[in-house]
Amino acid sequence: MINFEIDGKPVSVPKNGTVMDGANQLGIYIPHFCYHKKLSIAANCRMCLVQVEKAPKPLPACATPAMEGMKVFTHSGQAVTAQKGVMEFLLINHPLDCPICDQGGECQLQDLAVGYGASSSRYTEAKRVVANKNLGPLISTDMTRCIHCTRCVRFGQEIAGIMELGMAGRGEHAEILAFVGKTVDSELSGNVIDLCPVGALVSKPFRYSARTWELSRRKSISPHCGLGSNLIVQIKQNRVMRVLPRENEEINECWLSDKDRFSYEGLNSEERLTRPMIKQGGVWQECDWQTALEFVANGLKDVKEKYGAESIGALGSAHSTLEELYLLQKLARGLGSASVDHRVRQSDFRADSQMQGAPWLGMPIAEISQLKSLLVIGSTLRKDHPLLAHRIRHAVKHGAQLNVINPIDDDLLTKVRNRAIVAPDKMVSMLAEVLKAVAELKGVEIPDDAKNALSTVSASDTAHAMAASLNDNKPAAVFIGNLAQHHPRYADICKLAQHIAQISDARFGVLGEAANSVGAYIADAIPFGNRNADTAGGRHGGQGANASQMLGMDDPASETGCKAYILLNLEPELDSYNPQRAVKALAAADLVVMMSAYKSHAAIQENYADVLLPIAPFTETSGTFISTEGRVQSFNGVVAPLGETRPAWKVLRVLGNILQLDGFDYETSEQVRADVLPAGNDVSAWLNNSLGSLAVSPIEAGKENKGSEGLQRIGEVPIYQADLIVRRAESLQRTRDAAAPLAWMPGSLMMQLGLRTDEVIRLKQGEGEVRMPVAQDDSLPANCIRVVSAHPSTAALGGMFDQITVEKS
Amino acid sequence: MLSAESLKKIDYELTKYPADQKQSAVMSALAIAQDEKGWLTTETMDFVAEYLDMPSIAVYEVATFYNMYNLQPIGKYKITVCTNLPCALSGANEAVAHFRERLGIGFNETTTDGKFTLKEGECMGACGDAPVLLVNNKRMCSFMSNDKIDQLLEDLSK
Repeated sequence: MINFEIDGKPVSVPKNGTVMDGANQLGIYIPHFCYHKKLSIAANCRMCLVQVEKAPKPLPACATPAMEGMKVFTHSGQAVTAQKGVMEFLLINHPLDCPICDQGGECQLQDLAVGYGASSSRYTEAKRVVANKNLGPLISTDMTRCIHCTRCVRFGQEIAGIMELGMAGRGEHAEILAFVGKTVDSELSGNVIDLCPVGALVSKPFRYSARTWELSRRKSISPHCGLGSNLIVQIKQNRVMRVLPRENEEINECWLSDKDRFSYEGLNSEERLTRPMIKQGGVWQECDWQTALEFVANGLKDVKEKYGAESIGALGSAHSTLEELYLLQKLARGLGSASVDHRVRQSDFRADSQMQGAPWLGMPIAEISQLKSLLVIGSTLRKDHPLLAHRIRHAVKHGAQLNVINPIDDDLLTKVRNRAIVAPDKMVSMLAEVLKAVAELKGVEIPDDAKNALSTVSASDTAHAMAASLNDNKPAAVFIGNLAQHHPRYADICKLAQHIAQISDARFGVLGEAANSVGAYIADAIPFGNRNADTAGGRHGGQGANASQMLGMDDPASETGCKAYILLNLEPELDSYNPQRAVKALAAADLVVMMSAYKSHAAIQENYADVLLPIAPFTETSGTFISTEGRVQSFNGVVAPLGETRPAWKVLRVLGNILQLDGFDYETSEQVRADVLPAGNDVSAWLNNSLGSLAVSPIEAGKENKGSEGLQRIGEVPIYQADLIVRRAESLQRTRDAAAPLAWMPGSLMMQLGLRTDEVIRLKQGEGEVRMPVAQDDSLPANCIRVVSAHPSTAALGGMFDQITVEKS
Repeated sequence: MLSAESLKKIDYELTKYPADQKQSAVMSALAIAQDEKGWLTTETMDFVAEYLDMPSIAVYEVATFYNMYNLQPIGKYKITVCTNLPCALSGANEAVAHFRERLGIGFNETTTDGKFTLKEGECMGACGDAPVLLVNNKRMCSFMSNDKIDQLLEDLSK
């Protein structure tokens, strides 16, 4: 530690600490623009000049290393004169357009100009004007305002992992821009808006819509990825105007992904459902809540009488709150059906009977930055979990080795040590190879439940390299990504990965796909009783049908769908593994109740729904999300529900009352939460990734698919299609990540099929087909076609990783 | 994109730096690319970026920072006259005026036959030889009186 003095107060900072660190510790404010605690030090704004005893000139506090016995003066005559001088220079070319600048009121330059600026300018020459740049649909520019702090440039290099902005030119001609004709496409790009200390980079969707002092700030939690980012939601006249990060060093630090930041546009979408609607005689009509709820209750009673309680199925999205999912399953179980599920995109449920608890990250999010080796299975990290990917990028920068097994080789913007880009049906055998290699390396026997399956497997060089990486670098972790969770052999992948983690002494985690993926298990929104719940009042019934069985996705031959469905926060044509069959099953049902914040287009057009109940999105209801690290985060509604929208937990409560079910007398969502989490916010007892004694099914080694008959679809979920809100966020839908889907395939396959780039082809799965242009991506595994799922243009297709056929059109 | 010969030169430059810091060679790579192509197009910079494994915007930053990289098409001969103080005191302005008269172009302009481009330069570190000028960034000419300029133009026009 180095001891020194700032403004007469003693302070000590670690070796390599700076004067700025010391000042921050003491709570002494030194004016600055380019300095940011999470970015490297540039020392180019010169605003933080301070006087240091015995130094002939003022020194920049951010870049001056603390020295033993140093005496620093931050507000002395010399320091203030220097700071005022710098301010005068900064203001020379800065336009005086604060009245029309979006940053006005929350502008560091404006604030500091009040403190350090002169009342008038001595500069009489022409000011420079800089042309604005088009950086895409999210960031608006006013480059004349730029003071060249280069925070945005450093953010790209150091945090987002891709340098999209740079400073071209020199001296007076310097300007911030993206390379000729490029836009800023990083999924973390919105953070440069927060970083910009002036109004040069501002939010395009928010622009000119409100002043910062008109907005009230409310705390909330992100409903999108499993990270559970902390939000500040800013509202004006009962409308969400903007979302900003709420700093939480253990979760999102001071960042926010673009999905979390800009998805609020979906909350104010035209498509919002504001009144209950009933379909009568094929015609949709608005009605009041009483009518709608009675219709639902009677419908459910009829189905129960006619076909038995087990023909009622309840499906809720894991983007719903803990309370909503809990009441949903309570309603279904109260009616006598254990057919409740939230895993609509999952296709392999073999592990269900062996699950010991809720699958989770297996470690705190913050510890990811300290990992030294990782194996990530089936995830395009930066699109699925943008901020988790940033943590991993950080770890890799500090020496961690990233190993990837995935069918897609998109740039992860970080160094990948070993990668196995294999067809979806080869992922299991690839993992088996790694397991074999790890076992060989450690000289241990392969566990019994995997032994038979692995008998024909021999490890490749890549597998050996991965095994060595996990084994030699500690701490290590193995993570299962979204794509792997949707994989038709998820159970095997999960089990093999667990063995790998166990043998190599690494942590094991399942990356939560949705904000409440962990919470959905804890709320028992699963068809089997959560065994840990026994202690919590035995709230589980018998075994029910899982999502796949309910929607007839598991077996095309059987007509096993339910007769009545309650859908919470779901658009089955986009949210299910096999939308084709899901929609078919729904259409065949007697009653489909959709609880949704949106007038789902397909529900009305494809005509499978019978009732639409308008429920509140996360900003209009109180609730709780349990993040992938098992952190329980409750939030309040930040605005009043739109129109006649009601919080889903209240709707389910009233429905329970009308159906005269027991235990639906909740007054507040806190009471519901207390029922789910009687022991408070510590849910660690429920978190368990173990799959017990599940046996791995045989690995079919050396089986090759040939010809277009055996083409495999890689149907990952695109970043801005993952849930209902983000699908309706207009600006995000204009980004490159939301571009119209193409049928990506390797050049070899295009040649084999005689296809040219941009040629429109017909893709067929089951009875459905779509037309789509071809695009070439040679990094894809052979005989695979990458066609995204969860997109309206591919909703007619079948399973996300099933076979697909191609025809010329 | 670049000829094998140029790539060979860039590869040689790369040997001067650690393997994981290829971008250190960006300045020499751009100079080599410019020697071959005459000026740096967006595509050339993109190519250099990819070759050196660095973001294209970072290449652009370097290319725009230094005056000697040409980001616009130029004539066959780029004549850069130093106009800083020592040269100006020793007749640089007269030299420039002579160029203007002989070539009929001003700074940053190219003759219609595409032969000459005139550029205003900064100190070249040879003030004792003032006025000085550079031909195509590589050849320095000292004591540029009007006669010597005529001689130079005649040589280059051949």
